[in-house]
Amino acid sequence: MRSEKPLIAGAISMVAVAGFLLVVVPFIQLKDVGPPKGLHPYTTAQQRGRDEYIRQGCLYCHSQQPRDRSQAPDGARGWGRPSVAGDYYYDRPHLLGTMRTGPDLLNIGARQPSLDWHLGHLYQPRAYVPGSIMPGYPFLFDVKDSAEPGERAVSLPPGAVPAGKVVVAQPRALDLAAYLVSLDRTYPVIETARP
Amino acid sequence: MATTLLLSAFMISIVALAFFIVAMIKGWFDPDARGAEVIFARDEIGHTEDPAASAASRHALQAGAGARDGPPDASELESRAAADRSTGTVTFIFLSCAVAWLVAASLAGVTASVKLHAPDWLGAYEWLSFGRIRTLHLNGVAYGWTPMAGLGVALWLLPRLLKTPLVGANFAIIGAIAWNAGLIAGLGAIAVGFSDGMEWLEMPWQVDLLLVAGGALIAIPLVLTIRARRVDHIYVSVWYMGAALFWFPVLFLVGNVPGVHFGVQQAAANWWYGHNVLGLFYTPIALGTIYYFLPKVLGAPVRSYALSMLGFWTLAFFYGQVGAHHLIGGPIPGWLVTLSIVQSMMMVIPVLAFSVNMYLTMKGRMGALLHSPTLRFVAFAGLAYLASSMQGSFEALRGVNTVTHFTHYTVGHAHLGMYAFIAMALFGGIYFIMPRVMEREWPYPRLILAHFWLSAAGIAIYFVSLTVGGWLQGEAMLDAARPFMESVALTLPYLKARSVGGILMTLGHLAFAAHFAAMVLRLGPARDAAPAFGHLEARNA
Repeated sequence: MRSEKPLIAGAISMVAVAGFLLVVVPFIQLKDVGPPKGLHPYTTAQQRGRDEYIRQGCLYCHSQQPRDRSQAPDGARGWGRPSVAGDYYYDRPHLLGTMRTGPDLLNIGARQPSLDWHLGHLYQPRAYVPGSIMPGYPFLFDVKDSAEPGERAVSLPPGAVPAGKVVVAQPRALDLAAYLVSLDRTYPVIETARP
Repeated sequence: MATTLLLSAFMISIVALAFFIVAMIKGWFDPDARGAEVIFARDEIGHTEDPAASAASRHALQAGAGARDGPPDASELESRAAADRSTGTVTFIFLSCAVAWLVAASLAGVTASVKLHAPDWLGAYEWLSFGRIRTLHLNGVAYGWTPMAGLGVALWLLPRLLKTPLVGANFAIIGAIAWNAGLIAGLGAIAVGFSDGMEWLEMPWQVDLLLVAGGALIAIPLVLTIRARRVDHIYVSVWYMGAALFWFPVLFLVGNVPGVHFGVQQAAANWWYGHNVLGLFYTPIALGTIYYFLPKVLGAPVRSYALSMLGFWTLAFFYGQVGAHHLIGGPIPGWLVTLSIVQSMMMVIPVLAFSVNMYLTMKGRMGALLHSPTLRFVAFAGLAYLASSMQGSFEALRGVNTVTHFTHYTVGHAHLGMYAFIAMALFGGIYFIMPRVMEREWPYPRLILAHFWLSAAGIAIYFVSLTVGGWLQGEAMLDAARPFMESVALTLPYLKARSVGGILMTLGHLAFAAHFAAMVLRLGPARDAAPAFGHLEARNA
């Protein structure tokens, strides 16, 4: 080729076609999708917890998108009905995830609503799930002699905490647990079958 | 609406394909066989060249290629040497940064890998927790090693291909400073927990601005040099690299623009970016690298120049639309997924066009692999491109994807592409380039050999273990009768094997980095005799 013009024209038009199809059209198609009736905006604490979920990179091992029962037994595992676009109305950024090194979490609040369980599990996952490969997050907690007023001591299984000490959740652990408990999209939606 | 969109997308695909086939038959894009010869000086075809090889290997390489005609045109070789001199400093800066990021990112990768089977190891350090160190690894490779190495190779190659000295090298140097400053800030932000929260787009958008500015500055000399070219024909490597440099800022801006994307749409945009940065940035740079070095080492032009044109345009068209295959089974519109699956399959065309072409060029010259370190890396990369792209096409099929999605299988596939293909191509290029930049030979040829085999063995172990482990993990997850924890437990031996593979690769990188340092610091045996340089050798002959 003797001229760079076809190259430039071709490169522009090809990336434009791709961007139109994968970015612009979904934008137009989805921008009017509203929140389902049962979905509530995140509270301030839950949103802070969601930010902590991002800070700790939870999304690299946990998806938030149960698949259709025709494709995978996500529903049978208790992960919930297949999600729809409206379920993510309040989600910025999206946290759909691409890995299931751990289970899907879109409805973790529905299947494990205990704040205590989540706090303890975040401190030391292997105290709750033998064989788990999830990292613990001890830096979201303080190990003290006793909890001060207003602090939340985590109730842990015996052996998970040094004798004579208590484990106290830092505010960001409480926020994260509040977010996890809030993850509950079990309200009904009109399911459109996914191809 | 969905059906109309799908139909029109396929119609456009088919019309576009027909257009390019006609264009090539009619010669609109000059599919002239002579196009493939612009990388050689007059009478240079038949002269093998690998500055990374020892003197004995160079002779063996040439002996294997048979007799050569006369010496190549001396004035053309002089102007090539002038082109090389114009890029020495800027290439050195880019490649040095690349090597530093390679080592850092490798250590981060090994740390992340070990943590998956030893989750409490170093568990008290927040910035070393899996979610952070894995992300540091990815960003260090994606925005440190790969673009620094790729752009360094591109900056060095383009003046050679356009037969003119590099114009405006200082813009690229300032660009590299901005880019690296942005990357340091971005990785620091990720380490302490400031992240935009999307895969491949983690660095805060405020920091991204530095990378955009740096990328634009780096593109300036390339544009200026293309305008100052002294060749009639623009070689296919320039197409790939020029297009990549144009595509990257578009992708990066659209993917990162704050406050526009929302919910599920953002996921589509996220993966439009995530897959295109592979397909329209790293891949074309690596392909451009192979398209230069493989024929250059062999002293033989690529067999079919028309095939390389077909490969370029079909890659440009199909690759841009495959991103949504990362969301198969997800809550996005069905037509989007279908479109991406079909275009993923269509990627077979550019891949075969490239692979057949390279095979035909190598055919009868396989013996050169024994003597040329550059060719070993580059040919390995070409094979890995074939393997990873074909795997990717089939992985996008719904039946396969249902098993492999959400598993370590995908991670294995990603490394086959980013490492076995792209990193190996860049290693090959750097081994060829550095003797020209430093005007001395690699001091320890055995280290090159060690690097190659550590990398090759490492990625083989890595890929096989994650492919098998990931597949079994996917099958376990699909069986509702088996508890989820079974899908975790069964991957452990494979995750450990992956760490072994990763450690081997890292050892290879340490050998490479040490060798690079020795080269730069002028340590080691002085094997700086003139025969390292093909044009001098030819002139003396």
